[in-house]
Amino acid sequence: MTLTRRSMLTLSVGVAIGAVAGMRTGAALASAEDAMAKVMEFSGGMEPEAGTITLDAPEIAENGNTVPVSVSVESPMMADDYVESVAIYADGNPSPDVITFNFTPMSGEASATTRMRLAKTQNVIAVAKTSTGKVFMDKKEVKVTIGGCGG
Amino acid sequence: MAAVKPRVKVPKTASADEVITIKTLISHPMESGQRKDGDGNPIPRQIINKFTCEFNGQTVFSCDIEPAVSANPYLEFTAKVSEAGMFKFTWVDDDGSVYTEEKEIALK
Repeated sequence: MTLTRRSMLTLSVGVAIGAVAGMRTGAALASAEDAMAKVMEFSGGMEPEAGTITLDAPEIAENGNTVPVSVSVESPMMADDYVESVAIYADGNPSPDVITFNFTPMSGEASATTRMRLAKTQNVIAVAKTSTGKVFMDKKEVKVTIGGCGG
Repeated sequence: MAAVKPRVKVPKTASADEVITIKTLISHPMESGQRKDGDGNPIPRQIINKFTCEFNGQTVFSCDIEPAVSANPYLEFTAKVSEAGMFKFTWVDDDGSVYTEEKEIALK
């Protein structure tokens, strides 16, 4: 099979739709598609693989204003094979972007922690891109008691 | 605006090629641009949008920050130390201000 630009595009769109359809039914998340579109943009159209990346966030966050989130990716972190960047998206926030971590071989490990705001109960997605062109993804649902986006 | 104060925790010494954990915190309201004031007017966005950590002039870690990061952004990450030197941390504000902090590390 020859991979043309067009077939690649159709493939990635199909994959995005499949992934969205595979999400929890019943939970009508306004921007779940936006978040997946962001993931696809970040990965350059590549379907992310599961595993290797671990996203850690609480199952229930009482206060959506400060939700601790950490991410770590298994990688040798050598000059020829390291994790270039990890992006975190939240699919129920006004804008899905949360943060993008950029690592270098000098980072030693591809792991980072921060605190984020979540407007409501939603999925948090972490996507990692390695220097060898691989893309990994992990997803976690966080239940939020009090939303953290003003109002 | 209240004074922005960066705080950084770096071990004072490390053995060669040890991977150390660095913790940073900076006091900043991280106004998301989504909130409205008492009269219903939107409060303009003002956040820290970029953070960089350099070791002896080489970038170790950086991140692009969006409004979804909490007030007083906290960041924890790792660095591999192969020689003694100076860590330099830089935060860039939406209004163009740059906040910096430096920490020295010695080899055991």
